[in-house]
Amino acid sequence: MPMLPDAFADLEPFAPTWCLKDEPDRYATRLASTMDEMQTFYDAFLPRLEDALSWLDRYDLDDIPDDELAQNLLWLCYSLVCVSFPVEVWRQPRVPDSGASMIHQIVAPAV
Amino acid sequence: MAHFPKPAEGSWTEHYPEIGTEPVDYSDSIDPAFYELERKAIFQRTWLNVGRVERLPRTGSYFTKELDAAGTSVVVVKDKAGEIRAFHNICRHRGNKLVWNDYPREETSGSFRQFTCKYHGWRYDLDGSLSFVQQESEFFDLDKDAFGLVPVRCEIWEGFVFVNLDDDAEPLDDYLGTFGAGLKGYPFHEMTEVATYRADIGSNWKLFIDAFMEFYHAPVLHAKQSVSDESQKLQGFGFEALHYQLEGPHSMVSSWGGMSPPKDLSMVKPIERVLRSGLFGPWERPIEIDYPPAVNPARSPVWGEDSFLFFPNFMLLLWAPNWYLTYHYWPTSYNTHTFECSLYFVPSRTARERVAHELALTSFKEYSLQDGNTLEATQSMIETRTVTEFPLNDQEIALRHLHRTARAYVADHLATHETPVDVRA
Repeated sequence: MPMLPDAFADLEPFAPTWCLKDEPDRYATRLASTMDEMQTFYDAFLPRLEDALSWLDRYDLDDIPDDELAQNLLWLCYSLVCVSFPVEVWRQPRVPDSGASMIHQIVAPAV
Repeated sequence: MAHFPKPAEGSWTEHYPEIGTEPVDYSDSIDPAFYELERKAIFQRTWLNVGRVERLPRTGSYFTKELDAAGTSVVVVKDKAGEIRAFHNICRHRGNKLVWNDYPREETSGSFRQFTCKYHGWRYDLDGSLSFVQQESEFFDLDKDAFGLVPVRCEIWEGFVFVNLDDDAEPLDDYLGTFGAGLKGYPFHEMTEVATYRADIGSNWKLFIDAFMEFYHAPVLHAKQSVSDESQKLQGFGFEALHYQLEGPHSMVSSWGGMSPPKDLSMVKPIERVLRSGLFGPWERPIEIDYPPAVNPARSPVWGEDSFLFFPNFMLLLWAPNWYLTYHYWPTSYNTHTFECSLYFVPSRTARERVAHELALTSFKEYSLQDGNTLEATQSMIETRTVTEFPLNDQEIALRHLHRTARAYVADHLATHETPVDVRA
């Protein structure tokens, strides 16, 4: 069963790893990934991001959780944002000089 | 050379002669005894923000707040009349913590029709009155009217819920003063899409406020967060604020606009170009605001952000793209505190807006991880007392004021509350 809308079948290989509901899970996946893995995901999705936003914008935001494919695509967008810092800025999964410090999201927006 | 005008005295700091220009002694951040005095002098006497009214949407909505520094836990609730009340989170029977789930020291929230103690089933109405005592006839002349929950003063400013453990404290509006009055009318109530973050930080609470009340560090510590040409440009300029203001125990710094929206698209990261968003928030404003007078006090056309510090531990940041952010610093010991940050946006109408918010949230988290870890490095070395006094510059005026204010509260407390021990007795 595909996890993403047909128009984004090319991103299907990334869906099982990165279609994640919760920010702590996205962040944990980032920390557990190699730079090669995140670079591959980023290179494949960034050129498609505008298409994904246009596709999602046909929905009312509140209705997206009712459509599993749309919901997964939105979560994939959040994951792209999460990996953009390692790929574009840090060249490593973790924020440099952040040692063992952690900051946890305890309240997330509804969608 | 100054890029923005300073007061006639030549500097922001000298505009307030009482705060001096000499190096500042940071003993107040490393001394367990001083922290114990701060708990009494500051956290048991000042108005503390514990959240927003949106957390209490209906009758019976409640949340708890652990106030380690003030030595209590409070529960905040909306009663049947729609009034928001706060109580010490303790059952009158034998002192059990009244509201908690699974872990007594963790905060909780939800909704109930009445308070029910887990221990012996005593119940209290939402206004705190004792309504039910298990096996009441076993007690001796128990006057239920005398055993209601212990109230904590609770007042609301612009939808922000504050508590104060001092029954003699001035009203909240008076305490918030010029800044509080000057921010009235800002549409906080329209910005209800919220994300909250929490971190345990290995430093004194004032050190993290220090970090967020100056931007002198930003072009250096956060250099890598900008593309390299932009980063070099920012370090070359350094940082100058548009305006600083001290009002009573509170302070504010007003800053220029960063990169929102950027003049040159090549200066921002690729994902920012697609999402039209970044650390400073979405480039497009979701609503227009007729700003109240405390916002952008310099009336600068390049204004980007105001940071207000409401003493002791509540910061409010208003951003030019019309969203806001709060910081709270809750001390847990002289060299640890819990840091909380909430980002508030006008609710997204589309996925595009929501993903733009996600980039602002993520950017904030990346920056905070850099800031938070640096603080532990600072705390550990200040504690060596190798160096005890530090030269604060004019862009660090709010830090000078914060430490001075904390020392003044402690000195006032010692002068008025602590009776010297009479050794002859």
